Amino acid sequence: MIRRGCSKPLASAALLSGLGLALAAGPALAQSKPGTLRVAMTAGDIPLTTGEPSQGGEGIRFMGITVYDGLTRWDLSKADRPPVIVPDLAESWAVHDDDKKVWTFRLRRGVKFHDGSEFTADAVTFNFDKLLTKSAPQYDEAQAVQGSLWDGSLASWRKIDDYTVEITTKQPDANLPYALANIFMSSPRRWEEMGRDWNKVAQKPSGTGPWRLESFKPRERADLVRNANHWDPARIPKSERLILYPMPDSNTRVAALLSGQVDWVEAPPPDAIPRLRQQKMQIVTNIYPHVWPYQLSFLDDSPFRDVRVRKAANLAIDREGLVKLLGGLAVPAKGQIDPSHPWFGRPSFDITYDPKEAMRLLAEAGYGPKKPLRLTMIISTSGSGQMQPLPMNEFIKENFKDVGIDMEFEVLDWEALRTRRRLGAWAPENKGRSGINNSTAYWDPDIGLIGPAASFMPVPLGFNWGRYKNDKADALATKAKQTFDPKEQDKVLAELHTVMVDDAMWLWVVHDLNPRAMRPNVKGFVQAQSWFQDLTSVTVE
Amino acid sequence: MLIYVLRRILYTLPIVIGVSLVCFSLIHIAPGDPLSAVMPDGASPEVMAQIRQAYGFDRPLPVQYLKWLLNMASGDFGVSTMTRRPVASEVFPAVANTLILSAAAVVIAFVLGTGLGLVSGYTAGSLRDRGVTVLSTTGVSIPHYWLGMVLVVIFAVNLNLLPATGMGSGGLSLRWDDVQHMVLPALTLAVIPAGIIARSLRGTVIDVRKQDFMQTLYAKGLPGRRVFVHVVKNALPAVLAVMGLQLAQLLGGSILVETVFAWPGTGFLLNNAIFTRDLPVLQGTILVLALFFVFINLAVDIVQSVVDPRIKRA
Repeated sequence: MIRRGCSKPLASAALLSGLGLALAAGPALAQSKPGTLRVAMTAGDIPLTTGEPSQGGEGIRFMGITVYDGLTRWDLSKADRPPVIVPDLAESWAVHDDDKKVWTFRLRRGVKFHDGSEFTADAVTFNFDKLLTKSAPQYDEAQAVQGSLWDGSLASWRKIDDYTVEITTKQPDANLPYALANIFMSSPRRWEEMGRDWNKVAQKPSGTGPWRLESFKPRERADLVRNANHWDPARIPKSERLILYPMPDSNTRVAALLSGQVDWVEAPPPDAIPRLRQQKMQIVTNIYPHVWPYQLSFLDDSPFRDVRVRKAANLAIDREGLVKLLGGLAVPAKGQIDPSHPWFGRPSFDITYDPKEAMRLLAEAGYGPKKPLRLTMIISTSGSGQMQPLPMNEFIKENFKDVGIDMEFEVLDWEALRTRRRLGAWAPENKGRSGINNSTAYWDPDIGLIGPAASFMPVPLGFNWGRYKNDKADALATKAKQTFDPKEQDKVLAELHTVMVDDAMWLWVVHDLNPRAMRPNVKGFVQAQSWFQDLTSVTVE
Repeated sequence: MLIYVLRRILYTLPIVIGVSLVCFSLIHIAPGDPLSAVMPDGASPEVMAQIRQAYGFDRPLPVQYLKWLLNMASGDFGVSTMTRRPVASEVFPAVANTLILSAAAVVIAFVLGTGLGLVSGYTAGSLRDRGVTVLSTTGVSIPHYWLGMVLVVIFAVNLNLLPATGMGSGGLSLRWDDVQHMVLPALTLAVIPAGIIARSLRGTVIDVRKQDFMQTLYAKGLPGRRVFVHVVKNALPAVLAVMGLQLAQLLGGSILVETVFAWPGTGFLLNNAIFTRDLPVLQGTILVLALFFVFINLAVDIVQSVVDPRIKRA
């Protein structure tokens, strides 16, 4: 008779413990397989596979430079210096002496797509049309949207012969080789084979890259295998297989790494790092072209119109303390660019923590206990490159309070913040806001220096959110666009950065250190100073 | 009876329209541009206008709503702004995956909940009852994503007995390799419904046992276990109602638990769609889930009226 010492809960308990014992006897779980690299990405889905990946930098990292090549690429083989652009599918290029808008690219011979067809100039024009020519049958809106970040300066292109392409830009643009590193070459023949349907191509894409996409399940996993016929023998992957898992939750990624389900995770949260180190996981960090700033408003109602206020705010931030808060996973900023980079220049304004000087400058500018400086900053709760926005902003708010600055926040989610950034400080939605806390990249001159500083590059065309106008900066930006020798251009850009820092254009806080965690048996990885990484040298033992 | 069923079905129609209106407008009220997620930084105004037009976001809202409703009714759920895949091909596999997980969770919750509920109902007032009450209250109060993470740490990371994430090879599979992926998330999801079922069953059992007819049954000389069957029959409708609600809620796919376990169900889908502002997927998924809820309630009402002849809803 039941109900006395009801056996149901006991039965359940017995069942569970029995299960436990059975599990203990079960097969070994999710262990590393030599030759297979399993990666957990922060993205929530597999990036678009047809050529121009979605999901931002992570998409390019895992579905762009893996499966595809472009005319140029970043050299990601060194950890101790910023990467430079090197030839990829184009062996060489030169801008015409008499017309600086026209470039000739000589293409590499003997390159084959994964489907066996030859890479020729026809493939190049096919892919440019895919992104920019609406009337072309191969025009793909999904890829066009992703590519629009890079192809903005392309005016026209034509095939000169099978291995030569001529590209014309809208204005003289020395940064074309940088942009081309993100325009990937998808096989025209595969598109024809798949009935001219990009959705079908997405299932079986064909590029020229070191990896081939074997299969993928949306939102779950993607399997890439080594392309043994890759044209660059130095970059034939050492691993046989690369498996990508979307895992947007950072704790899930940590659990997956610790339990052996994956070998490599992107962006572990700072508080998990000590535990990971204790479990003998490798934590790899390196500086990369990222900075965490407040982009300031220069409109009439903004207190930041006064350079003394901008300098004071920069000097009021305790960056070392903030780095401690972040578990050492950041580096104090001295400007937009990090000091070891060729574009840093020689600014005379030294960005440090000097609250006394900050208060002095604020007093000089007319602020004090009788007239406190009030700021409203737009911030987000998360987002790519935003690091840990809420604790960081709270920390800086306290720093500011110490010098008499009263900072309020308008807190938005990441996509809403991106919209506000695209609208510009002058938009009605942004009225009364002193700045926006949006992380910035500087892997190429347009994104990092020219876009933010030039008055002729307001958002959404460029990255000048606050209507910053400085004639010296404008002149240098224009000059940089027309300096075609990379070393000479570096010098001009360094001058531009010097002007930006001396004018305290933005509030620069820290550079992220791009942490990744991997199991002890993962070897051969060189963490480049880049948003992109080359996985071809990585092995799992 | 038939009239009751027909009438309930008829009432469902305005509910469905109301749900669709709310679901459609909620998303448009949210701040931010629906297309900002699709646009990479630096997209030109021309590209943005072009995309806006392609998705019909430039039309007035009532027009968009009608167009959307008509499309939905004919099975065209639109295309995801992030992946360009048809929304239906995203939503329905996710619903299937969540169904698999919810079914497992409901079974566990039912077993645990009825067991605990019966024990505490029958031994009301005793130490055992108190113990079970504490247990079920704790179960209901624990944030389940926290519980999920704790279970992962114990079973996956420390003991290495179960996988931490994912669904295995996907689909309905009874192989241990795949079923083991379901154990921790289903357990995590089952805890709250089990607690709710236990608490509500306890109350119902106590009430039933207080009724006069119970005395009659004992007086008739029925053995304890036959009386027990009567108690269960009387308590069943209440349990079914609670379970129906819980199942519908589980089908919503706990966003948090599915994200913690990277289980590719509707919760995971919604989580990504919210952060990437993928409006078509959001609208399609929320509508499908809301409709599930409505129809399950309808089914539960009908089943209840069948099981309990006292309910006369003529």
